[in-house]
Amino acid sequence: ILAADESVGTMGNRLQRIKVENTEENRRQFRELLFTVDDSINQSIGGVILFHETLYQKDSQGKLFRNILKERGIVVGIKLDQGGAPLAGTNKETTIQGLDGLSERCAQYKKDGADFGKWRAVLRIDNQCPSNLAIQENANALARYASICQQNGLVPIVEPEVIPDGDHDMEHCQYVTEKVLAAVYKALNDHHVYLEGTLLKPNMVTAGHACTKKYTPEQVAMATVTALHRTVPAAVPGICFLSGGMSEEDATLNLNAINLCPLRKPWKLSFSYGRALQASALAAWSGKAANKKATQEAFMKRAMANCQAAQGKYVHTGSSSAA
Amino acid sequence: AADESVGSMAKRLSQIGVENTEENRRLYRQVLFSADDRVKKCIGGVIFFHETLYQKDDNGVPFVRTIQDKGIVVGIKVDKGVVPLAGTDGETTTQGLDGLSERCAQYKKDGADFAKWRCVLKISERTPSALAIMENANVLARYASICQQNGIVPIVEPEILPDGDHDLKRCQYVTEKVLAAVYKALSDHHVYLEGTLLKPNMVTPGHACPIKYSPEEVAMATVTALRRTVPPAVPGVTFLSGGQSEEEASLNLNAINRCPLPRPWALTFSYGRALQASALNAWRGQRDNAGAATE
Repeated sequence: ILAADESVGTMGNRLQRIKVENTEENRRQFRELLFTVDDSINQSIGGVILFHETLYQKDSQGKLFRNILKERGIVVGIKLDQGGAPLAGTNKETTIQGLDGLSERCAQYKKDGADFGKWRAVLRIDNQCPSNLAIQENANALARYASICQQNGLVPIVEPEVIPDGDHDMEHCQYVTEKVLAAVYKALNDHHVYLEGTLLKPNMVTAGHACTKKYTPEQVAMATVTALHRTVPAAVPGICFLSGGMSEEDATLNLNAINLCPLRKPWKLSFSYGRALQASALAAWSGKAANKKATQEAFMKRAMANCQAAQGKYVHTGSSSAA
Repeated sequence: AADESVGSMAKRLSQIGVENTEENRRLYRQVLFSADDRVKKCIGGVIFFHETLYQKDDNGVPFVRTIQDKGIVVGIKVDKGVVPLAGTDGETTTQGLDGLSERCAQYKKDGADFAKWRCVLKISERTPSALAIMENANVLARYASICQQNGIVPIVEPEILPDGDHDLKRCQYVTEKVLAAVYKALSDHHVYLEGTLLKPNMVTPGHACPIKYSPEEVAMATVTALRRTVPPAVPGVTFLSGGQSEEEASLNLNAINRCPLPRPWALTFSYGRALQASALNAWRGQRDNAGAATE
């Protein structure tokens, strides 16, 4: 899955780094480059998550993006959450808004061509975090969102991201990830969500950004699959990892190692990447139409690499600190 | 599962007209444990009742040793039976947590490597209630945690009784709710799932349900419920036989293992009655029948 659902604000961050103005037209142009690559993209990408604005945008010939994607057999998804809100009395923890009128919004998006939704909850590791309240509240909101999606014929992607900010080690991330996922699946069960009709979009289990200890992809893979093994029922058909702050190459190497991990893996283990699919493409584009070919090639390259990684067949090329 | 309490053995023995004495219980277990080496391929563990763990055969050989010498793991029932949950419609929790750690440590010294604890839930208009589900799940998790602290593998048994006239779907629904609560509790209590076994009911209609279902339907409902609730880290699921006949219990287990859904855990049996009913009947308390009963 290509996560191309960056909000206006987040796109602003991305565009600022390549010194491109954050206008609707610029956002449209960049997404057009991604969506109009060669047809063979559908061998690597099965779904694209869009931001609200993008669902209604067209290419330069006036053709709706969502129709371009659908004609290639790529399923269109829509970001449904409406950002974070603080949880009072906690150490800067948050929950996610977006439940109000969600059913009506889902019904409309379904009419407008979306077949899946995505909702990102955020938990962080820090002193007294994640707290029980943050875990329960975010799990509950995710379950409400998933239930409402299914009522409207949308497959919910459930994203409980434990962010990598901090100096905690990988073992601590694993512990927290297990607690969070156990709470998520209990909440989904409590809310009568049909697991076979959901996808999970979790973080991989990694050390915090500021942790001095380094881990190999195999260690990340074992910790990640162990955590999933202990919490995610086999009825969930697929797990599509987020890339978070990982480089493109690390996201691919880790996904490959995960697929080679010797533990039983009853769910598909694949990707739902944003930055890890787009970083090079964005840099190649730099806002110039003349860079179209380079942009599209950069994107295709990462798409195919991750497709290989999702089968445990990726052969490492280039340095792992690229882009 | 040869861990019938004194009270449960009373029921079994009275059905074959045998007096419920310690000696008769010893003679009966001897019938089972003198099975020859053919049993090694079929049985990997035996659950004992406390009394039996310290009994010996006619030659003075402790049962524990006979079983271990066959390469079979010895287990011990550690719960102390059900007690009522006040304010509910006849629901129960299970006792046995007091001093459990010390008891586990002793059982470990005395040859046990796994334990079993049975919780009971029932389906009716108002049950199982949220309290019954939560309380039984919690008590199972405390038991499991204490076992692991003492090097004993806990078998977790949240049995939903087949009493009632509910259909297959309702049993499936309830089983999913119960198992979800059990695994959340196990996670909350930091239980190491890879070192546990689950002993659930199969998903079946109530005894008094007028609709009949095939083994394939039972299998599909059972495996679906497990797939939705039991994490792949659990290495094995060993079904209880409950009120099923010996043949039914085998046919259903077979169908479960042929179910086309992906199943990441081993799916096998922890049977009491479904392994012993014919043997009990063949024995009828007569030493002369021991050979036939063992066979």
